Amino acid sequence: MSEVRNLIILGSGPAGYTAAVYAARANLKPLVIEGAQSGGALMTTTEVENFPGFPDGVMGPELMDNMRKQAEHFGAEFITDDGTRVDLSGDVKTVYVGETAYQAHAVILATGSAWRPLGVPGEQELLGHGVSSCATCDGFFFRGQDIVVVGGGDSAMEEATFLTRFASSVTIIHRRDEFRASKIMAERALANEKIKVLWNTVVSEVVGVDGKVTGVRLRDVNTNDERVMDATGVFVAIGHDPRSELFVDQVELDESGYVKVAAPSTRTNIPGVFAAGDLVDHTYRQAITAAGTGCSAALDAERYIAGLAA
Amino acid sequence: MGTTKAVTDATFTDEVLMSPTPVLVDFWAEWCGPCLRVAPVLEEIAREMGDKVKIVKLDIDANPNVARDYRIMSVPTLTIFKGGTPVQSVAGARPKSDLVKLIESAL
Repeated sequence: MSEVRNLIILGSGPAGYTAAVYAARANLKPLVIEGAQSGGALMTTTEVENFPGFPDGVMGPELMDNMRKQAEHFGAEFITDDGTRVDLSGDVKTVYVGETAYQAHAVILATGSAWRPLGVPGEQELLGHGVSSCATCDGFFFRGQDIVVVGGGDSAMEEATFLTRFASSVTIIHRRDEFRASKIMAERALANEKIKVLWNTVVSEVVGVDGKVTGVRLRDVNTNDERVMDATGVFVAIGHDPRSELFVDQVELDESGYVKVAAPSTRTNIPGVFAAGDLVDHTYRQAITAAGTGCSAALDAERYIAGLAA
Repeated sequence: MGTTKAVTDATFTDEVLMSPTPVLVDFWAEWCGPCLRVAPVLEEIAREMGDKVKIVKLDIDANPNVARDYRIMSVPTLTIFKGGTPVQSVAGARPKSDLVKLIESAL
């Protein structure tokens, strides 16, 4: 078994990296288990316009790279792989990455949230072959094509707007008669002449021929009428779920799977285990709020670790 | 041992299809955030498994022909080739252990 460290941070979005900056600067030499999709949700965004300090905006991946470098500069260590199992009870916590165990006195959980699939027939089979969770990754492949975006929040608006750079038409499919997106994002999308909206409509199946998407089966939620609409790309942006599977039965979760903390602190119900970012927050879900709670978690952990030595 | 190598439309046949050892191809693009995070993981795998598998990267912007031939519609897409044919493929950034499994499926 390896040495017992001060602190392990699970996750690498704004919460995880900010916690790493603070903890590293406090000389705690944190180990950051970043996950295979390191950098978190901002890695798949384009321009971030609302992170303070960047009057001209900043690219999501660049912002995350900079946060990582800042943490590294102060001595944080990184593992770019997924934590696979944790044991958070007891004074020494263990986090497994495959067969390798890492131990620490304190752990910060900041694994964020994961893309939520539609859960309809055809979706999983055609993922990467016309079905996509990431407009910035895959938009390029749909140059001059007719595609759909499913969802009504900010990420659906951002994806739809971004995709008009490539696609000849983008149809937003939304189950309600109004968007839940912020006004500025919704207006930007609605003002775009390549974008149209199908309200009160859900996707009941992704249709494919020969391993490629050819359309979506749509259902009108008021009339229950079904029809198939031709499309070569389906971008799913209906929201996210907290990435808390690893922590079930270890720390207290709410009914939606978010980790419960004693706000305004980041303490979970287990001493020495703290949580921050979108894993906790189902309300604000912003890069800056995640960074803020990541900072709080590092300070809480620092105080806890100091208390152990006393 | 080993490191990753860039291949192009021009060198794909020689480097991948004619290779005596299995080849993992990383179809990637500069503008794709997750691609940039897969790169260091592939370097790591190349160091550890370089004697069993060749790992190459194909920039789909600069090399549209190969990307079209293999109907790449998502980046990163990681495909393992053996004896000149694609054996298995995954789309999106995956943990190292998944990529090792993908490679082992062709060994």
